[in-house]
Amino acid sequence: MRALFIACVCLALALAARSGEATTIAGNPPLLSAFGFFNGGADKPAPGLISYSLGTPLFSDYAEKQRFIALPEGAKVTVGIDGRMVFPVGTALIKSFGYGDAVGKMKIIETRLLLHRAEGWVALPYVWRADGKDAELKLGGARVPASFRKPNGEQMSISYAVPNKNQCKQCHSTKDAITPIGPVWQNMVFANERAKKALMAKAAFVGAVPAQQPRWDDPKSGTVEQRALSYLRVNCGHCHKPTGSASNSGLFFDDHDGGGAALGIGKRPVAAGRGSGNFDFVIEPGHPERSILIHRMKSTDPGVAMPELGRATAHDEGIKLLEDWIRSKKPAA
Amino acid sequence: MRMRIFATAAAIAALSSPLVAKTITVNPGADAQAKLQEALIVAEPGDVVELGEGRFKLTDGLSLDVAKVTVKGQGAGKTFLDFTGQLGAGEGLLVTSDDVVLRDFAVENTKGDGIKSKGADRIVYHKLRVEWTGGPKETNGAYGIYPVESKDVLVDNVVVRGASDAGIYVGQSQNIIVRNSLAMDNVAGIEIENSYNADVHDNLATRNTGGILVFDLPNLPQMGGHNVRIFENVVVDNMTPNFAPKGNIVANVPTGTGIMVMANRNVHVFDNMLGQNGTANVMIVGYRYPYEDPKYDPVAKDVAIWGNQHEKAGWDPKFAGGAQLAAALGGSLPPIFWDGAGGDAARPYVGDVVPALSLGLTDLKATPEAANPSMLPPSTATFTELPKVVLPESMEAAVR
Repeated sequence: MRALFIACVCLALALAARSGEATTIAGNPPLLSAFGFFNGGADKPAPGLISYSLGTPLFSDYAEKQRFIALPEGAKVTVGIDGRMVFPVGTALIKSFGYGDAVGKMKIIETRLLLHRAEGWVALPYVWRADGKDAELKLGGARVPASFRKPNGEQMSISYAVPNKNQCKQCHSTKDAITPIGPVWQNMVFANERAKKALMAKAAFVGAVPAQQPRWDDPKSGTVEQRALSYLRVNCGHCHKPTGSASNSGLFFDDHDGGGAALGIGKRPVAAGRGSGNFDFVIEPGHPERSILIHRMKSTDPGVAMPELGRATAHDEGIKLLEDWIRSKKPAA
Repeated sequence: MRMRIFATAAAIAALSSPLVAKTITVNPGADAQAKLQEALIVAEPGDVVELGEGRFKLTDGLSLDVAKVTVKGQGAGKTFLDFTGQLGAGEGLLVTSDDVVLRDFAVENTKGDGIKSKGADRIVYHKLRVEWTGGPKETNGAYGIYPVESKDVLVDNVVVRGASDAGIYVGQSQNIIVRNSLAMDNVAGIEIENSYNADVHDNLATRNTGGILVFDLPNLPQMGGHNVRIFENVVVDNMTPNFAPKGNIVANVPTGTGIMVMANRNVHVFDNMLGQNGTANVMIVGYRYPYEDPKYDPVAKDVAIWGNQHEKAGWDPKFAGGAQLAAALGGSLPPIFWDGAGGDAARPYVGDVVPALSLGLTDLKATPEAANPSMLPPSTATFTELPKVVLPESMEAAVR
């Protein structure tokens, strides 16, 4: 019944999308419950949702994320040779963000939807009400106070930013169209075999099933360089690519072979302003302490911090990995 | 349950019928951030988002991604978008859609750039003010008005003050007019970078570190900047000590620079009023930094200078070796100088009736200490004047 319900929602969305452009603007449901993805709370996902996580996730102020795919009934996902997934119209990608409280109970702040409508993907941010029973559409974004403990034990209190609809697109854009970022097969991780099989049963692989990519935090999964590049691809490559929001920078972290000025090595800043931190190069081999990349990852000042969104906190562990990588590179003669 | 879904779908369908252009008015107030951002999201092509009088206190960057929208305030001295308390985003306002008109408001104290438009064709910036109100400071944002990767750009009647990089910066764009504007107290007043076909005219650039810059840089998607006309501007007293964060290319602009051309082709500088610039009124140089980019041309070529009025310049040149050079030349440099990059083939045409100097640094790897200065002989070469930049009529109509 629940699966059927989701299928109906997806169908309704697809139909609505076909009827005109306004559905992408004002005509979206004001409450998340209208979609039927959750049964009265963020911790109660509908049975038909496929849960997954990512080996190397995008850092967002240490928020924990719960990710789901809602596929239309009978529809198939195509997995390309590069591992990128092509979802049918009617698909919803659902991502909830929150923090564990003092006793470890998860409190979800917001749920973001990526809806694949006939005219393309649409991104919508929903913020959960205080009672946690439903979430409200916040096209203009929101700020919510949040407290959590960093892995090193430090207690943090931040102004957590829920992105507005345009900011969703800023990260999710390719050639000015919205696209999913996360679901790339080699970076997907499943809670158990059953969850993996549930998705594989609905997936058509164009080539061989791609091998897992190195996980940023698992030294057994790859070298420091491989893990650093995984981290850069996931955390920076969605904007820093030739078709992304940071195309004008000429600094590209998406799919690359790991060298040269396009990756920042020996590259001077272009429009960094005070983001340069008085340093000359994005990456100076052997010298993380003089690399603009590290300076901007460490900063939480909005005019300096990179990435630009979801960064009220610095990602200490990610910074350490990239420092190790830059330090390991041979300084220029 | 199914009923409800289809009711929703029907409601959505009903909303989608074409609507006439409308005005969405937003006033300052406690929830201005969300209200204004929502207005910029729900606006439809043809709509006007009208900003009321007063001060909008904003905590996050705003963005517009809908084509053919006009964002209009009550005047650059009446409607203030105040980002003093900004907590997130790299700029104050980001525009990513085509045919947008921004007019009659002020943007103050953004943490990063002021107004950025990226891939936003036919954008019009009119009667705006972008300012860091604490005066020149290294902690100010980089660019005031920042169109990039766009075709057809009009910047008309704006005021930009305090940018720690460039007040008005147009990058990697084509077909550009910057006119009737005031750039003061910035590191660079106006900068045209890696761009094609630009007219910069009838502007006042003063109290910057450098007045007007035309640059081309390596390792960028669009390179080979060319066809830029700088004319009928007043570029005087650009003596603010350079306050750009180091590492940025403009941090190397010598204090006291009037107009500076670096590594561009076909740049014509004519009929400007220039003076009180301690390093030079006009400076033409190659890109003299190490780089790896086989597609990049570091030499400035086909630069022509004529019809300019020159007042005092060159008495305090702020580049390495400048003081010694000035001493050797009797205490001051001529108002026009060229670093000599590229040798005779790259020698600029100088029609102005003032002395012009070559530093003789033909080799781009040579340092200023190796200068072999000589006065440029009168130019005899001929050149073809560049055509004027013409923008689509809809853009000109928007500012009439």
